Amino acid sequence: MSKCVCVIAEYRGGNFRRVTHEVASEGRRIADALGVPLQAVAVGSGVAEKAAELGRYGVEKVFVADDPALEGYIAETHTPIVADLVQKCDPAVVIMPASVDGKDLGARLSARLLAGLVQDSTEIVVENGKIKAKKPIYAGKCYCWNEWADGEMPLISCRPNVMGCLAPDESKSAQVDKVEVTLPEARSSVKSLELDTSGRVGLSGAETIVSGGRGLKEAGNFSLLEDLAQVLDAAVGASRAAVDSGWRPHADQVGQTGKVVNPNLYIAVGISGAIQHLAGMGSSKYIVAVNKDADAPIFTKADYGIVEDLFQFMPVFVEELKKYKSSCS
Amino acid sequence: MNIVVILKQTPDTESVIRIAGDGKSVVTDGFKWVINPYDEFAVEAALKIKEKHGGKVTILSYGPQRVVEAVRTALAMGADDAVFIDEEHLESCGRIKVAQAVAAAIKEMSPDLVFCGSRAVDMDMAQRGPMVAEFLGWPHLALATSIECDGKTVSIQRSLEGGKVTQESTLPVLVTFGGSHAVWNPRYASLPGIMKAKKKPLQNKKLADLGLDAAEFTPEKAKVRVVSLELPPERKPGKIIDGGLDTEGKARELVRLLHEEAKVI
Ligand SMILES: Cc1cc2nc3c(=O)[nH]c(=O)nc-3n(C[C@H](O)[C@H](O)[C@H](O)COP(=O)(O)OP(=O)(O)OC[C@H]3O[C@@H](n4cnc5c(N)ncnc54)[C@H](O)[C@@H]3O)c2cc1C
Repeated sequence: MSKCVCVIAEYRGGNFRRVTHEVASEGRRIADALGVPLQAVAVGSGVAEKAAELGRYGVEKVFVADDPALEGYIAETHTPIVADLVQKCDPAVVIMPASVDGKDLGARLSARLLAGLVQDSTEIVVENGKIKAKKPIYAGKCYCWNEWADGEMPLISCRPNVMGCLAPDESKSAQVDKVEVTLPEARSSVKSLELDTSGRVGLSGAETIVSGGRGLKEAGNFSLLEDLAQVLDAAVGASRAAVDSGWRPHADQVGQTGKVVNPNLYIAVGISGAIQHLAGMGSSKYIVAVNKDADAPIFTKADYGIVEDLFQFMPVFVEELKKYKSSCS
Repeated sequence: MNIVVILKQTPDTESVIRIAGDGKSVVTDGFKWVINPYDEFAVEAALKIKEKHGGKVTILSYGPQRVVEAVRTALAMGADDAVFIDEEHLESCGRIKVAQAVAAAIKEMSPDLVFCGSRAVDMDMAQRGPMVAEFLGWPHLALATSIECDGKTVSIQRSLEGGKVTQESTLPVLVTFGGSHAVWNPRYASLPGIMKAKKKPLQNKKLADLGLDAAEFTPEKAKVRVVSLELPPERKPGKIIDGGLDTEGKARELVRLLHEEAKVI
């Protein structure tokens, strides 16, 4: 009997999150390389109705646990349920999202299934039937390739927005196997889940990020960056100095003790480029730096550098961008 | 309230990473070793809860002797005592083994709360806390950016992609800490604190003292192995947009380059 590749889906607020499609697409690729089927596990409230959709990304069969009590992830409850479904799949490899909840679940599953876990993988390869997974370490200052001891089942979480997604094949759907749910007794629970419905772009998935540092001088001056972000449909980030000063919320911090981001375009404004900041944004495709100090380390990483006072440059830059945008439309 | 904080020592975040001759490890010469910043947040949170509810904060760590310095630093911040799993090669046995050893040490102490960082700034595997909780058979609440404890229950807030969650649990529970320096503002060790820390009790434990079979803790038991390390591609030196242009000229040139060359707008 050939074992399968098993994908753990992430379902929230009535939909599979985009990262689930990425992981399913990656799972398809690995399953083809190993010559085995692709199955999935999906847990959540109302997920049964949607589960067949995973077929569009190459999943053949989905094991589903659907119960109103499974709205909102909580490790204590989700772990045993997901673990049981994974065992039903009897997989050779398990891959899952390295999202906030995914990494948490992955760690707990690793202990429960005694399966070696590599978190936040950016690349998976199959060599002679064996899996190798790459992951950033030291916040991206280095990359580490991992393999598994003979007979061990790899458990891998995949970094969002890196692995790419198959074009969905709307004609396909997955077979759904709804499993009876026995809720474990739990001492922990979700009290509230507030989803941001403002439509604002989040840092983690943003294609363009405009970040500000100590050079902005005060919270109010971030309006310069908000203006730019609006024109570019970008998210606004910050250095630790800006967050420590209370100018921006901690969730906006980019760097080794903040978010690691990899947008197409990262614009650093009034940021010196400390090693901890560079670790968080150094893999951006293009980097622009605006800084009045020509010797600021950020310029060693920037594709385009502007040595100017940001208060003088930023308003002019925003105007030029607006002109450019209106000439396009 | 008795709180155990699991602590790991990591290289300072300033560290420059170079790959060693074996291609599988990093050059540690010249590293400055510190408390993993996220574990430092956990120490701070534990001290605040102790200040409010009384009780004691115990630091639990493991690995080679150099780690004791990080443990002493946490004691200097205000923790009361420490347990050190004195097994130099524990980490080479794999993360599951580390978590099993840590869980065994915690079982002996039966605390009300166990705290640790949500991740470590070296390997960034983000797994120790949830794994230990699983081995203890406890619930855990992850990535706290705030915490409240009334002596019977703990509630935390965490952020997730595009949202915020509040979670709650009865004691005993394990909590991992996210957020940033701005959120937790970990205290510095004071000079008197450093003097006192030297005399605070630190117990060394071997695996056998924790009721574990040392033969099960060998590098061959590691399920995941490092094959090789590689450095990210060097970024090509970029260009400073100048050419004697005025502010407007530079802005226009930048827009042009982003559009025509980088093709990102
Ligand atoms: C354990 C630890 C973890 C850390 N984690 C992070 C992290 O996750 N993220 C992070 O960012 N940092 C982190 N740091 C902090 C890091 O070392 C730096 O202190 C921080 O990144 C500096 O922020 P900054 O560049 O905004 O400020 P500064 O270094 O003060 O730089 C300000 C820059 O603005 C420029 N400037 C000033 N005025 C103007 C003007 N009018 N016009 C144009 N330019 C101007 C200056 O020339 C300067 O280059 C960490 C540090 C430690 C110890």
